[in-house]
Amino acid sequence: MEPSNGATPVVQFEGVSITFDVKPILHDISFSVERGQTLVLLGPAGCGKSVLLKLTNGLLRPDSGTIRVFGEDIAKLRRRELYQLRARIGMVFQESALFDSLTVEENVAYRLHEEHVPEAEAHVRVVEALKFVELEAAIDKFPSELSGGMRRRVSIARAIISNPDLILYDSPTGGLDPITSATIIELVMKQRDVSHTTSLVVTHRLQDAFMLATHCYDPAAGGMNPLPKDGPDHGIDEGMKFLVLNEGKIAFQGTTEDLVHSDDPWVKRYLE
Amino acid sequence: MPLLPPDVFVKKQVAAVQEYSILAGRAIADIFSRPLYWDDIFTQMDSIGVGSLPIIILSGFFTGCVLALQSVTALQEFGAVSKTGSLVSLSMVKELGPVLTGLMVSGRNAAGMASELGSMKVTEQIDAMRALGTDPIRKLVTPRLIATVFMLFFLTIIADAVGIAGGALVSVGMLGLTASSYLHSSYTSLVHGDIVQGLTKPLFSGFIIATVGCFYGMRTTGGTQGVGRATTQAVVVSSVFIIVVDFIVTRLMIGIFGS
Repeated sequence: MEPSNGATPVVQFEGVSITFDVKPILHDISFSVERGQTLVLLGPAGCGKSVLLKLTNGLLRPDSGTIRVFGEDIAKLRRRELYQLRARIGMVFQESALFDSLTVEENVAYRLHEEHVPEAEAHVRVVEALKFVELEAAIDKFPSELSGGMRRRVSIARAIISNPDLILYDSPTGGLDPITSATIIELVMKQRDVSHTTSLVVTHRLQDAFMLATHCYDPAAGGMNPLPKDGPDHGIDEGMKFLVLNEGKIAFQGTTEDLVHSDDPWVKRYLE
Repeated sequence: MPLLPPDVFVKKQVAAVQEYSILAGRAIADIFSRPLYWDDIFTQMDSIGVGSLPIIILSGFFTGCVLALQSVTALQEFGAVSKTGSLVSLSMVKELGPVLTGLMVSGRNAAGMASELGSMKVTEQIDAMRALGTDPIRKLVTPRLIATVFMLFFLTIIADAVGIAGGALVSVGMLGLTASSYLHSSYTSLVHGDIVQGLTKPLFSGFIIATVGCFYGMRTTGGTQGVGRATTQAVVVSSVFIIVVDFIVTRLMIGIFGS
């Protein structure tokens, strides 16, 4: 499988539609995500955001349209090639989806064990990933012993352990309290600003989306800071793009600035 | 549950058969390509084989006992009590051993597979596995298929043996037959075709238990209620399939080896 070059979008949807039974979930969706870009998918519950993420990872197949990931048309990939492609993608699930019969270490090291990485090296990398999410003390615990926020952090550690080229976050703050949500958003930001990984972030929380757009991670301070309003990007991350879905259709796509100043009555109402 | 229009219902059933065929086909194909998850195969062998041993021994033993006890009434009428061993061994080896073992393992393991995989499905663990680059059919279904077929074969042999032993205990202890007469009658009545017939059936039953159990587990929807439904369906469908396939294999074997 050829690595995508800088000019090829990392993710490209062209006229993608999918229907479950008789209910259309997504209709004629087209967009692309460039290397290093963060695309935030917004929209009310049930508008097809998570389905779009699963389509990107090949977990679902579209009824029509083309999905290219790293330049590969995923509908044309063989089963084995699709699994090789997924090895380059990290995914954080809505409810964490940790393997409940494995410890935190085994969960985070899952991909490394599948790749037959030596145990000592795998352990070092697990500790490193857990340090990134500030959860190294929980290495021997089982998922059932962790809080919702901790499980989400383990899920992030599991997604980033193999240094993926693309990360898909499916409502990483869903069901969490505001303080824990801020911690998770800080981790998403840290991954974006430290590793510059291309990412798709699904959320229905506007405050999370705007925090990502208006803040950056400061490695020296070990926390997030607001982008300076008098800076070159006027306090908004230029690498951030938004895609707003409504009833399976694209209601808006563009930059943070465009979103805030959108004239579309539904988008305006949604933002309010 | 809403009543579906006939065309939608038929389409759903055809789609289910198609999904089952694809799952079973892939699970078989994955046996012949790498990687094979040997750790999981041995874990499943332990769970399915060693774990089922107590129920197989108990059910096999008491089936042999009751078979001897029931048959002696009919055999007495013809003055053929000495043929008790023959009747018990033939019944156990050709029919009751394989079918009862299949049904017992189905009740225990098809249910276990459906609930385990069903729970993983509803908590997105199967999707997570796929997202992490692991094929769930290769990792979850193929090891269960190999382990069930392999272990059911040996469990059936054990069930046959303890069933004949149970029959011997009743025949000697309660019916007044000698052990040598019972065992001689058992041994001489069994021919090559009977053994082949009795040991072909668990291969099919093992395949049915693993594929049906995993199929219902992998297509579970609807939370914990869905897991319960999948478990029940897996046991019912695999048990019915085992009995239907038993009939077909018996007819085939009679065609090959004669009665």
